[in-house]
Amino acid sequence: MNKPVTGSAAPPSSRDIKTIVYQNLARRRADERRFRNYGLVAITLGLAFVVLMFGNIISKGLPAFWQTYIQVPITFDAAVLDPQGSHDPQALASADYSALVRSGMHQLFPNVEGRLPLRALGGLISSDAAYELQRRVQDKPELLGSTQPIWLLASAAVDTFFKGNIDRTLPEAERPIKDNQIEWLDQLKATGKIDKHFNAVLFQNGDSREPEQAGIRGALMGSFFTLLVTFLLSFPIGVATAVYLEEFAPKNRWTDIIEVNINNLAAVPSIVFGLLGLAVFINFFGLPRSAPLVGGLVLSLMTLPVIIIAGRAALTSVPPSIREAALGMGASKLQMVGHHVLPLALPGMLTGSIIGMARALGESAPLLMIGMIAFIVDVPKNFLDPATVLPVQIYLWSDLPERAFVERTSAAIMVLLAFMILMNGLAILLRKRFERRW
Amino acid sequence: MQFSLLLALILLSAGAYHLGRKRALAVAGGQIRNLHSLPSFYGSYAALWCGLPALAILALWAALQPGILTDLVIAGLPSELRDLPPDQLNLVVNNLKNLVSGHFASSTADPTLQAAAERYQNLRTISNAALWVVVLSIAIAGIAYAWRRISPTLRARNGVEGVVTVFLIASSTVAIFTTIGIILSVVFESLLFFRQVPVSEFLLGLQWSPQTALRADQVGSSGAFGAVPLFAGTLLISGIAMLVAVPIGLMSALYLSEYATPKFRAFAKPALEILAGIPTVVYGFFAALTVAPLIREIGTALGLHVASESALAAGLVMGIMIIPFVSSLSDDVINAVPQSMRDGSYALGATQSETITRVLLPAALPGIVGSILLAVSRAIGETMIVVMAAGLSANLTANPLEAVTTVTVQIVTLLTGDQEFDSPKTLAAFALGLVLFVVTLILNIIALRVVRKYREQYE
Repeated sequence: MNKPVTGSAAPPSSRDIKTIVYQNLARRRADERRFRNYGLVAITLGLAFVVLMFGNIISKGLPAFWQTYIQVPITFDAAVLDPQGSHDPQALASADYSALVRSGMHQLFPNVEGRLPLRALGGLISSDAAYELQRRVQDKPELLGSTQPIWLLASAAVDTFFKGNIDRTLPEAERPIKDNQIEWLDQLKATGKIDKHFNAVLFQNGDSREPEQAGIRGALMGSFFTLLVTFLLSFPIGVATAVYLEEFAPKNRWTDIIEVNINNLAAVPSIVFGLLGLAVFINFFGLPRSAPLVGGLVLSLMTLPVIIIAGRAALTSVPPSIREAALGMGASKLQMVGHHVLPLALPGMLTGSIIGMARALGESAPLLMIGMIAFIVDVPKNFLDPATVLPVQIYLWSDLPERAFVERTSAAIMVLLAFMILMNGLAILLRKRFERRW
Repeated sequence: MQFSLLLALILLSAGAYHLGRKRALAVAGGQIRNLHSLPSFYGSYAALWCGLPALAILALWAALQPGILTDLVIAGLPSELRDLPPDQLNLVVNNLKNLVSGHFASSTADPTLQAAAERYQNLRTISNAALWVVVLSIAIAGIAYAWRRISPTLRARNGVEGVVTVFLIASSTVAIFTTIGIILSVVFESLLFFRQVPVSEFLLGLQWSPQTALRADQVGSSGAFGAVPLFAGTLLISGIAMLVAVPIGLMSALYLSEYATPKFRAFAKPALEILAGIPTVVYGFFAALTVAPLIREIGTALGLHVASESALAAGLVMGIMIIPFVSSLSDDVINAVPQSMRDGSYALGATQSETITRVLLPAALPGIVGSILLAVSRAIGETMIVVMAAGLSANLTANPLEAVTTVTVQIVTLLTGDQEFDSPKTLAAFALGLVLFVVTLILNIIALRVVRKYREQYE
């Protein structure tokens, strides 16, 4: 298969060969260097992609962890909130808190007049501010009648502007923030009444159509329930399958079929599992759509091959002498496995399962099929509540046009990646700590 | 709900374990050697008798209860409601269930439904109470039975181990049932689809517009199901991805296994594999918001027309995703080539690169082809990147700067949102799924066979 270095038919003399070799040497060394550099370039490119992606997402997402708030003097006017003076919680709950926000803003800028400018002024504050005030009054009814400076959530447009992502020089019609609003914001900034605080909303709220109120708590809880179902199903079944195939199964056609099956399942595109979930779990068994239970079922079928393959590798790494010693002491085969082989193989199995779970955490395609992409505001409380998961939330947000959502999407990605790094780190730690070389 | 019952059952089984153990020791007169099995096996024996039958009843009850309750309530409805055609009756039942779960304010419902809902609630309370009684008494009966059976000659270990073995075997069949489930669900719905759209039209048609007319007089939505543009789009994007992934992946694998110092390798290999761990939705976000606009800008600067959802962007990013896949698989393959072959080549005076291109690569070629095939099947089945970065319109084009759509994108768009299960639009997704499943399966089988055959050569 090698082309001869020399091309002549007659056997050349040794002197000829030497000159030919020396003549070619420079070219061959250049080839060698070039080839080596290709390899280096390839690796550098690959690593550059890693750095580029992380840098891109972190630079986009980091600002989302701070959110703009405006300090507004709020007068908890009893005449507005509780005209009857009954202190009835029901009346306090249904009072018009947005009026408080409006009058507070008007107090900050007393010389703003007219319906449209006043509305623009009120538009600086998120619509969530009214609920925030309501919560405060319900927690502490004695606030009634007092005036307090309160940091209120600014609207998404103000947040984007304050973070410098809206160009002031654009014509007014193309900006979500108008000229008079910019003027007010500049005044607020000069008096220190507008500032960025840690974005707790992101971790406390469910999804929302308003970017400044949207959070990932619902998605996180959805992911948690889904993964819990996945783990509870796939770990015992995966371990049992691995034990059966590795320790008990006779070598016959049936176990061959199982093995081929598992290997093929590991390579089936994830979206096909989604089709299975839709056709079998939802249409045939009538389980509810969008439920973490169904999501967990689908993901556990996907994760099973990973756990089985890792489990078998862990079992084969336990030396046969352990088995022989146990059997020699009179243990039954199940006792041998349960008391000796399995405990030794368990760290390896756990490592494999954690990696499988990390993969399941990042999976979204099959969950789209079973309806986990609905717009869900409420945080799910159990396995049957409609829910979404973190990657699907990222997908949903990435479709939204507002700049503030781009930021939140990147932040959600950072949270997702943090969880994945955590899980993989745990797997590596487990392996380092418990891996035994025999 | 049934959760507390499950908990009670578990506690009861734990109690049964202790009772069984104690009983075994008692009948043996405190001498373990009189017993056939260790005392703990007698405990497990009792626990299994307590838990398993009760669990079976619980599962059966949970499966049958809603159906039976609904039937009972329907039988109790006034006849004018009961005699409605089935689909309208379904609607009534749905309303009823919403009422029961309290989704609607009760004041809006009419009194007959209200009464039926109350009836349903009553029946459910009764049924749940009955379930508790039945399950717990069966559990206790199980304990009593085990208690009576336990004697020094009872082969408890064999019984318990038999149950465990059955569990092990049952677990290992889950993989088979999964495959059967996939095949059945996909094939069954596809058959329904092919009853409405001929196979030849689906596989060979050049027109894809799955919007079917809801009403006869609607304009413009005839519904065409020729999937060739989708196959072409999938191939185009996967092709671009492979053009990125194969050179970079292969060269990195070669560099890492042949040139790199152990220190560099220990750093670079895991770093490269980070790319494999990043969720695909992140790649999709990256492709749609960073790469696609970038390509569009570059294209406009060069005077080219670039679609905002170009195949190039999706393909490039998908290629990045697949790099570690190609590199780690080929790394394995390259490392499997015996060192003696390298040494032979060096001894003849070949440089390292000559050894690689003329000895190593030809020897590893089957394995590399196998790993590339696996990567292709991965690219074809990849969903999120293309859903987020590739287009929806089915263009039949080979121009990477235009928007194309893929099989997976269409499956997602056809199946998300409102769906009715008899329209060819929804069923088409399953037909596409069938194609996807079959193609990736064939690719995988070939790839695994090639790799295995190659591995045997050097073992």
